[in-house]
Amino acid sequence: MTVAGGVRGWAGELFRRRDLLYMVTWREIKVKYKQSVMGLLWAILMPIVIVSAGLTVRFAFARLSGTTLKLDDLVLVTVKAVPWAFVVSSIRFASNSLIANGNLVTKIYMPREIFPIASVLSQLMDFGVASLVLAVVLLVTGVPLRPGLLWVPVLLLLLILFTTALGLFLSAAALFFRDVKYIVEVILTFAIFFTPVFYEVGLFGRWAWVLLLNPVAPLLEGLGAAATGRPMPAAGWFVYAAVVSIGGCFASVAFFKKLEPYFAESV
Amino acid sequence: MSDVALEMVGVSKKFRKGELYDSLRDLLPAMARRFLRGRPSGELAEREFWAVHDVSFQVRRGEAFGVIGPNGAGKSTMLKLLSGIMTPTRGTLAIHGRLSALIEVSAGFHPDLTGRENIYLNGTILGMTRQQIASRFDEIVAFSGLDDFIDTPVKRYSSGMFARLGFSVAAHVDPDVLIVDEVLSVGDFVFQQKCLERMNTVIRNGTTVVFVSHNLQAVAELCGRTLLMDHGHAVAIGPSDETIRAYLARAETQRSQRQVAGIFVSRVEVRDASGPRVHYQTGDRVSVDVEVVSRGRYEKLALEFGLKDAREYHIFNTSSESLTGTTFALGPDEAITCTFDLQLHLVPGRYHFCTWVYRYDTQTQYDHWQSAATIFVGSETEVRGVVNLYPTVHIGAKHIAPPPAEAVSVPAGVAAAPLPPPRDG
Repeated sequence: MTVAGGVRGWAGELFRRRDLLYMVTWREIKVKYKQSVMGLLWAILMPIVIVSAGLTVRFAFARLSGTTLKLDDLVLVTVKAVPWAFVVSSIRFASNSLIANGNLVTKIYMPREIFPIASVLSQLMDFGVASLVLAVVLLVTGVPLRPGLLWVPVLLLLLILFTTALGLFLSAAALFFRDVKYIVEVILTFAIFFTPVFYEVGLFGRWAWVLLLNPVAPLLEGLGAAATGRPMPAAGWFVYAAVVSIGGCFASVAFFKKLEPYFAESV
Repeated sequence: MSDVALEMVGVSKKFRKGELYDSLRDLLPAMARRFLRGRPSGELAEREFWAVHDVSFQVRRGEAFGVIGPNGAGKSTMLKLLSGIMTPTRGTLAIHGRLSALIEVSAGFHPDLTGRENIYLNGTILGMTRQQIASRFDEIVAFSGLDDFIDTPVKRYSSGMFARLGFSVAAHVDPDVLIVDEVLSVGDFVFQQKCLERMNTVIRNGTTVVFVSHNLQAVAELCGRTLLMDHGHAVAIGPSDETIRAYLARAETQRSQRQVAGIFVSRVEVRDASGPRVHYQTGDRVSVDVEVVSRGRYEKLALEFGLKDAREYHIFNTSSESLTGTTFALGPDEAITCTFDLQLHLVPGRYHFCTWVYRYDTQTQYDHWQSAATIFVGSETEVRGVVNLYPTVHIGAKHIAPPPAEAVSVPAGVAAAPLPPPRDG
């Protein structure tokens, strides 16, 4: 089977079962909000916590270096922390999705990639709500609209693709080895220190490229730059992030489909 | 379109007993070992076994095909292979058309969602579109009989309600090939009948059905051909009646550790004019051959012959002596066959023949075969109980019934008469 044919076949099946994808995503969202008092507030709770942590760190930095905290610094933290919250919760949720739906994986045939993809989509809804709130807050505080903002949809799309690729890969891997779940937890907990969420890669001077190797880094940096009008990272880094995200999607789907026949025996 | 709906050629599936490598620590040494040795997939390594071994069969379009066998025979594994949940280790299988499987029909339910929400969720899981579900929603709810609870979260359902809703959704999927695994055993008696009827309708509408069940009567009634599996092998394949008889015979020889004495019943066969069969209609005339073999000299012999229902109650008994007023005698290495002619005035169900040979004058019992042959009885009309009284009913014309006399209009003395006298005290 050619690569193009394989992709077309895969996309075709996913498209035929789009109602299933919709219902599973709907289920994740519905079940989450069904018996909660906070309801939609949940969607912004996690971003608020991360943003607060980031502001605390920024405040400490400013005190240490004897400078004052500027509005731009706060904007940078918020526009990077909210997408980061999406990435973390999506990967955490997606990598556990096949195990959580083990009874369906072993009992009924369906395209199993539905589960990690639906996990990402349900988090995307939370992300959408949080982004809307963030946009309103930024506009109210007087952050101007800049032409750089036109890049935001492209950057977010790449971020979603990268998250989906990782989610697909990890969900399949976690089904075969329970270690994966714990490794993912540890990495997700500490990844915020290796990713420029609370700080900018510029801080590292000529070593900045090491941080930018993380495909999420150029995307977050780009979002921060778009919102504040600061200089973007070199174009090459965006090409790199795009190649990793899109290529990662293909590779993850191939990996996922290769292992899928053994899912039912491994749950 | 080809005439074959479903085909398996030399399909095998290998499983491992015990733990798989569940963590990286276990896997890496195992992979290294496998890499160094290298072994063909056709051989069994340590602790491996064939859950399904070299099974081949074809199911024609519109055919109802049964799969029977004892527990652990590989039936469920084969269904998982057919439905695409697992892939075979060796061999090929082809399915022509849209396939749907009724395996664990309520697997897709989420306890926190309502019945209505779960119908949509489970429907899409089983391959329907939301539009298809919407157009059949009322039908599904009506079938389940859960109208009053459709907006209640299913975690508050009883297990029977849960299963009924599951089956109701699954029964309305309308695939080209339907795979059914033992789901007809859900719910109460009435719902089971409804499920069987639904299966019948599905088959009559030309859907290809593969039906796996321990309910041999249902298999006999629904399926034209049946496959018998044992220990992963396809033991027999052919007309349902033949395969079921083969299965019952195997089960009987395995179960009954009969002490074969000097004289014993060697064979019991139920047949009608066309030959041995296992499935009959109520009122059918059958002949039962009972063969007795002797290894010594026995006098004044007679055969006791009876019928038990599915719950092992004796519902009928007779003997060769009481029917003929004579006995028989056998010498060493002699055999005799008694044929009992019966008419099956029975309600639908499963029945076992039992028989023993005894000496008439001393009432010495030589050999007792508890469940010598099993038959299934079906009926066009719905009758329940033990015997079939062939009921018909005539509903007469309506006529006026005089209204009951009102209490106030009745004279006081008459009304008081039926009342018990007030007790003193």
